[in-house]
Amino acid sequence: MAVLTKDMARYGSRKRSSMIAMGLCFSATTVGLTMLTIILGTLVVKGAGGLSLAVFTQNTPAPGNDGGLWNAIYGSLLMTTIGVCIGTPIGILAGTYLAEYGRHTRLAGIVRFINDILLSAPSIVTGLFIYTIMVKPMGHFSAIAGAIALAVIVIPIVVRTTENMLLLVPNQLREAASAMGMPRALVIRQVAYKAAWTGILTGVLLAIARVSGETAPLLFTALNNQFFSSNMNAPMANLPAVIFQFALSPYADWQKLAWAGALLITVAVLTLSILARWLGSRS
Amino acid sequence: MADVMTDRTATLERLGRDRASVLRGLGFSDKIFNTLTWLAAVSVLLVLGAVFISLIIGAYPALQAFGFSFVTTAVWNPNTDKYGAFAPIVGTLITAFIAMLIAVPIGLGIAIYLTERCPLLLRRPISIAIELLAGIPSIIYGIWGLFFFAPFMKENVYPSLILAFSHVPVLADLFAGPAYGIGTLTSSLILAVMVLPFITSVSRDVFDTVPPVLKEAAYGQGFTTWEVVKNIVIPYTRVGLLGGVMLALGRALGETMAVTFVIGNADKLSTSLLAPGTTISAKIANEFTEAVGDLYTSSLIALGLILFVITFIVLSIARYMLLRLEQKAGV
Repeated sequence: MAVLTKDMARYGSRKRSSMIAMGLCFSATTVGLTMLTIILGTLVVKGAGGLSLAVFTQNTPAPGNDGGLWNAIYGSLLMTTIGVCIGTPIGILAGTYLAEYGRHTRLAGIVRFINDILLSAPSIVTGLFIYTIMVKPMGHFSAIAGAIALAVIVIPIVVRTTENMLLLVPNQLREAASAMGMPRALVIRQVAYKAAWTGILTGVLLAIARVSGETAPLLFTALNNQFFSSNMNAPMANLPAVIFQFALSPYADWQKLAWAGALLITVAVLTLSILARWLGSRS
Repeated sequence: MADVMTDRTATLERLGRDRASVLRGLGFSDKIFNTLTWLAAVSVLLVLGAVFISLIIGAYPALQAFGFSFVTTAVWNPNTDKYGAFAPIVGTLITAFIAMLIAVPIGLGIAIYLTERCPLLLRRPISIAIELLAGIPSIIYGIWGLFFFAPFMKENVYPSLILAFSHVPVLADLFAGPAYGIGTLTSSLILAVMVLPFITSVSRDVFDTVPPVLKEAAYGQGFTTWEVVKNIVIPYTRVGLLGGVMLALGRALGETMAVTFVIGNADKLSTSLLAPGTTISAKIANEFTEAVGDLYTSSLIALGLILFVITFIVLSIARYMLLRLEQKAGV
């Protein structure tokens, strides 16, 4: 009897410590969700205050003047588009090599490893890299350098998702196509790509989401431009750089525009990543 | 009759030729496609190589001028053209370390809650919400930190921290006032929020690799949930967990914009975590476009090289550990 009560007491204390630990885990979850809510809440409140039609129609102003963010929005869209257009084909082809032609080769193993490192490498280093190979030899900052810096960031993301998605395609499909006499290239393009295209598109969307908020690689490549410019060979305004400049300025109206820009970027990025997730879960 | 025969052989021959040429064409296009994918794969390696080489070339003047003392000197003075990377290196390591100190327990806690306790219906929404934290661009954390978080901490948290530790020997130095709001601790806290989703999603994924029979056996013996987590789940997944932590550490070390906004970019080291500091990436972001003189620019590129080497090592370890786990799961 005495042994039993002692056991029960011990069991009670074990149950209590389990409850405390699980309670702490629950609080951790609450902390995470609260941070997300506070960040998004602040953004919406402060950002909505700066939003107006002028944000989309006028260019960045001098301090004290009225203005918008049109040149920056245009520059961001243009450089992101070009960066993604350069990075995506290379990424898809490299992903194809890893999943198809070279699946078990030594080269594929090394590329996979390096690609995963590039995926998380600091983006400011990418900025320095493009600065040394493009901006310095050309002698001036340019939008094309910015776009290529973004492409360097796009490649590893697309490589990773393309490989993963192609690996999900059942081998029987490939074997069936090969048995009909289709050469490898056709099997990949007509069968594997067709089966995996939603997944690959997910990767591209994720890459767009990632680079549209990137600031560090643009600071030393595209720089910034107070005026509207569509010259790829000259510095170009872009949202992240404008936010950086305006937020750290002492002018209240600039700070307000920075918040509006921050809200725009966040909405765009989160919409893209939710869209990608939805597409990914559907496939 | 003979005419028909020759006709048929001619047709067959022609068909055979057509077929051969089509096959040749297909084989040729296959070769081209194969080579294209190979080139793309190799270009990934070339990018990494080019990054290293260009940084080394860019950093060469500084490394030549200062030698190894570049890493150990804490002076950063553009006026006298003397540069040393000690302060930013230490700042980078400290901010990342404190961020991990906070993010690891919270991130693990969330993963444990999600895998062990969370109602099935809420599991996906909560996972997605936590992962959205990773989707928010770095600059957003920066502007939020500068205008919301730093003032909030300055008003509400730091004064009581300073007061609470003012008589404790070591902590009094670490939490010495005045509270500016911006500084090392604020940066670390924001970094912690930023890397949290990486820890959570990797840990959740590796927790899912624990065979259910192991957990069921433990529960069958009367283990409590916490005991199962502590004695079965965590030991089983420790390699993967360490990989996830290293991955997050790699991110924290290289994070730029958020830190640039809130660290204060001080040139000298301070013992107080509440004082402004600097990190490698913040220093580059703040000074690179304004750097005049070759040695100044080169020193900043040398900082970038050091950062790249550090993160490369950390991320390699992370990948190696996650790879080991995959191989184990594959067997």
